Amino acid sequence: MSVDSAVVRRIAHLSRIAVEDEEVERLRGELNAILAFVEELDAVDVSGVEPLTSVLPMKMKKRADVVTDGGIADDILVNAPEREDHFFVVPKVVE
Amino acid sequence: MTEPTHLTLSQARDALKARTLSSTELTQAHIDAIDRAGALNCFITKTPELALDCAKESDARIARGAAGPLEGLPLGIKDLYCTKGVRTTAASRILDDFTPTYESTVSANLWRDGALMLGKLNLDEFAMGSSNETSAFGPVVSPWRRKGANGIDDAKIVPGGSSGGSSAAVAAHLCLGATATDTGGSIRQPAAFTGTVGVKPTYGRCSRWGVVAFASSLDQAGPITRTVRDAAIMLRSMAGHDPKDTTSVDAPVPDYEAAIGASVKGRRIGVPKEYRLEGLSPEIAALWDQGVAWLKDAGAEIVEISLPHTRHALPAYYIIAPAEASSNLARYDGVRYGLREKGRDITDMYEKTRAKGFGAEVRRRVMIGTYVLSAGYYDAYYVRAQKIRSLIKRDFDLAFAGGVDAVLTPATPSPAFALGEKGSSDPVEMYLNDVFTVTVNMAGLPGLALPAGLSGNGLPLALQLIGRPFEEETLFALAAALEQAAPKIKLPAAWWS
Repeated sequence: MSVDSAVVRRIAHLSRIAVEDEEVERLRGELNAILAFVEELDAVDVSGVEPLTSVLPMKMKKRADVVTDGGIADDILVNAPEREDHFFVVPKVVE
Repeated sequence: MTEPTHLTLSQARDALKARTLSSTELTQAHIDAIDRAGALNCFITKTPELALDCAKESDARIARGAAGPLEGLPLGIKDLYCTKGVRTTAASRILDDFTPTYESTVSANLWRDGALMLGKLNLDEFAMGSSNETSAFGPVVSPWRRKGANGIDDAKIVPGGSSGGSSAAVAAHLCLGATATDTGGSIRQPAAFTGTVGVKPTYGRCSRWGVVAFASSLDQAGPITRTVRDAAIMLRSMAGHDPKDTTSVDAPVPDYEAAIGASVKGRRIGVPKEYRLEGLSPEIAALWDQGVAWLKDAGAEIVEISLPHTRHALPAYYIIAPAEASSNLARYDGVRYGLREKGRDITDMYEKTRAKGFGAEVRRRVMIGTYVLSAGYYDAYYVRAQKIRSLIKRDFDLAFAGGVDAVLTPATPSPAFALGEKGSSDPVEMYLNDVFTVTVNMAGLPGLALPAGLSGNGLPLALQLIGRPFEEETLFALAAALEQAAPKIKLPAAWWS
């Protein structure tokens, strides 16, 4: 499989990464090089094989459903590019 | 007396214990060495005042007999580990001046045991790279130089990646040891390129909490040091159960150092025939044969094994790792921390922030990851790759079930190369560096790289040992035997200072 420039733009948008028109052609080439590299996997017989979900035979640990942390709003906001009181500020979302 | 920066970590530990050296002297010697080594660009952030304050406290603790196992030893920390109150960048512009209000579990474990931090080490951006050339803070230069037709060449050599700052700083004696992380080879390949020892522990051995995530099912923390013993000492402090990481394993941490010098007589070492790749360089093949001979001399038994799905590991990795990365890196949106670029609406703000904040390699991997997870492609790419991952793991399971204690392979397909020499036109050329290391991450196994000789052009070459899950002790015993047998390789005179 390979991607064309329309697909490159669609992936970029899904990734929330702006691409300039002049970048699309280069990206198309690079992404297709990677897709060509992984193409050999199509030939591997995977019938009856389960996808691996954990490298170790371990059960997902679950902790008690209780509050263990909190009350640190100042810490959480300290690195925000824009904040007001205990809120993150973003551009207007709803008209 | 030996220059303090020329001690190994274990020698420095013993000198501090014997009170023939103070942590303040040891730390100051390293700070001076770092200041002279600007040309290597190993550090993104230096913390000399913090280091000297900690050294003073360590000296006081040593004086009153309350020293921890790593008391007063100065280390470098890969700038992927969050450090409380010290800027953490992941070598990316997108994190900007991010200063964590918390400490990663692994670095906290080191401080608990008395170690101190000299600064934050350079790396490939978000640990994505094999040469440290994708860092937003410029490439790291290896202290090694290669020989050309007319003697020593002054071409700048890459230190490997992604833990290139860690490997170069340890090789150049700027710190006694360093933390690193390994997703597809990022500890072992830079160790191989710089003549240092690198250990990627079993998945789950070290907590991932507080380490900037790349591909969570593959990422693992580990040390880079100058000797096998030093790696064993560091790993004992780094490892351990952490309730904050659900994949961290609740099993006791052995005294890895006790395995150094243990007999390897009768150990069964697997040599996988599929690693003898078509076109494998004759000097790498010869190094591998030499490693086999050294282990045989030490009394180990060598058996040929088959890991038939080896060749599919790297392509499958380049589906799984970008898929996980695209998900992990979704958090960098210009809202909660890091860079923000203004946009006409929130989507435009996200897109501009991420376009400006991520470098080319990171953008490429996020896009590939997004593609292989997108509707219509998920089964064809992602699920298929996860099935192939099962086959890769099964290969190892069968070899170990057949009685093999560890596997010996080369660490990299070539010695280090010069800056700008690889991957500029085709990203896949750079990816091939990890062909021998990536299987280990796919199967969650422990792996260790150690120096074993020099290439024809005078650069380090390394062997890799792969172990059964949680049998790092076996790797340390075997690596110590190889280290004993291998010629001591010598770094060129300090041209950088």
